[in-house]
Amino acid sequence: MQAISVLPRMTSAPERFPWHVYVIGLGLIFGLYWLFPGNMLIMTRIAIMAILVMSLDLLTGYAGLATLGHAALYGVGAYAAALCAKFLTGDPLVGLVVAAGVGALLALISGAFLVRYQGLTFLMLTIAVVEIMHNLANKMQHITGGDDGLSGFTIDPLFGTFEFDIFGVTAYWYSAIALFLCYMVLRRIMNSPFGLCCEGIRENRDRMNANGTRIYPQLLKLYVLSGAFAGIAGGLSAQITQVVGLDSMGFTLSAEALVMLVLGGTGNLIGAILGTALFTGIHHFAATTNPFHWLFVIGGLLMLVVFLPQGFVQKAVNRLGRRVVTSTAGVAA
Amino acid sequence: MSVLRVENLNKSFGGLKVTDNVSLSLEAGERLALIGPNGAGKTTLVNQISGFLGADAGAIHLQDDDVTHWPGHKRVRRGLVRTFQISKLAQTLSAIDQVALAIHQRDGSINNMWRRKTSYKKVLDEAHSILDALQLGRLATTTPAEMAYGDQRLVEVALALALKPRVLLLDEPMAGVPKSEAQLVLDALERLPAELAVVIIEHDMDLVFRFAHRILVLANGAVLAAGTPNDIRRNEIVRAVYLGKAGQL
Repeated sequence: MQAISVLPRMTSAPERFPWHVYVIGLGLIFGLYWLFPGNMLIMTRIAIMAILVMSLDLLTGYAGLATLGHAALYGVGAYAAALCAKFLTGDPLVGLVVAAGVGALLALISGAFLVRYQGLTFLMLTIAVVEIMHNLANKMQHITGGDDGLSGFTIDPLFGTFEFDIFGVTAYWYSAIALFLCYMVLRRIMNSPFGLCCEGIRENRDRMNANGTRIYPQLLKLYVLSGAFAGIAGGLSAQITQVVGLDSMGFTLSAEALVMLVLGGTGNLIGAILGTALFTGIHHFAATTNPFHWLFVIGGLLMLVVFLPQGFVQKAVNRLGRRVVTSTAGVAA
Repeated sequence: MSVLRVENLNKSFGGLKVTDNVSLSLEAGERLALIGPNGAGKTTLVNQISGFLGADAGAIHLQDDDVTHWPGHKRVRRGLVRTFQISKLAQTLSAIDQVALAIHQRDGSINNMWRRKTSYKKVLDEAHSILDALQLGRLATTTPAEMAYGDQRLVEVALALALKPRVLLLDEPMAGVPKSEAQLVLDALERLPAELAVVIIEHDMDLVFRFAHRILVLANGAVLAAGTPNDIRRNEIVRAVYLGKAGQL
């Protein structure tokens, strides 16, 4: 006997170009440029960090691998882009490709070992990786500049036309469009069967084993992908600030990225972007308003993370969903 | 020809022998029940057959292949599929997503990073038909966290069927299912494809004697008795070990 479904069936949808996402995304980029002309630098910073946090979301949100070593991938991307500009070419797009490649390579090397573990063991090992990379960068002063940072490289105009200006206008467009493209690519990937597989691994590894899934190669692929995008974020940062410091490979940056992600909600790329904007915006506002006590505000944000473990975006979506269901039920009644 | 053949399987944890020289074979379409008191080694045997636990000695053959040293995922791809005693589902994924995931795994599209999961019409249609066949169509977009436990057990069966198994190992499909939902699971078990070979672990003797063609009784990791339901029902040793002298099977 066949049961009659009372819920709408989830039907297949033909491949369509997501015009609405392009309109909203590009509209936001134009809108923010027009609304906050004096805040190009902070918006650029948010865009760069959002790419890093989205790449972290692949691991933590989609695959359930909480890491505190993500800055290692960001940092090598930053150093790679800077060294590329110094010794190879100042073309920013080539620099980004190199940064993505080096980020992915470190992810492949470290991930081959790391993704065999999970939970606290994985978390501790990622800290070890970021600390090793941080110390390596410090010791290899002749390449990285050590404590003084790596500088003295110049970035060519974007597409040979747009100079990186002192007001940060080119940097804003460059980083905002990079964020948009990264979001589109990651959105596509995480909505694919591979993305679904990563969510399955996060939820129950035994179940995935019983389905016949080899977990290790899937996680390694995801780690490499995440490394490439973290590398892009690092590369953007290096090209725009034209200096790479040791802090770009530090534990603090990893921890901040994790807080931003949890604030917005894990397993949700939009949440990653909004969490980054909220954290960085509040951080910037609090540090400007009260340079002596702004850390209390950050402490408050951490409390928010504790009380809203789902993240505020997820919470808002859930509430909105409940409201819609309630009102629909009311109409139906 | 047997679809599954287990020969002299052994497993020890330290000094404790949990599988002691167990042999069994299963034909296509056959239903074999594994019964025995708690701690008899039933789940351990299923874990070994499915590759979740290695064997110390002995051999497992899946049709012509010696799969004794194959990892679990490789055995699944050859048609040896299992369910779990305690429901192991992805709690935040809908039933349809989970069944689709199993189908993607089966047909190899799970590695596709670029095509949207909702664009796989054939996969979604097949997932819906599997859920409908188990009377789960109404719960297709529901997550396990919002389902009754009996329905969760059925989703496990749906996942197993989505993998198109040749041999299905069911580890206590009725465990934890309230009486009010038991009929749902029973009906589903009776509607399993006729050509599918099934090994079932179950404590519900009514179900075992109704469902099984043959029964294997385990005690302390070893085979105590094997035979048809009638043979087992009449076996005095089984009665004594399994239920005590006065027990009725």
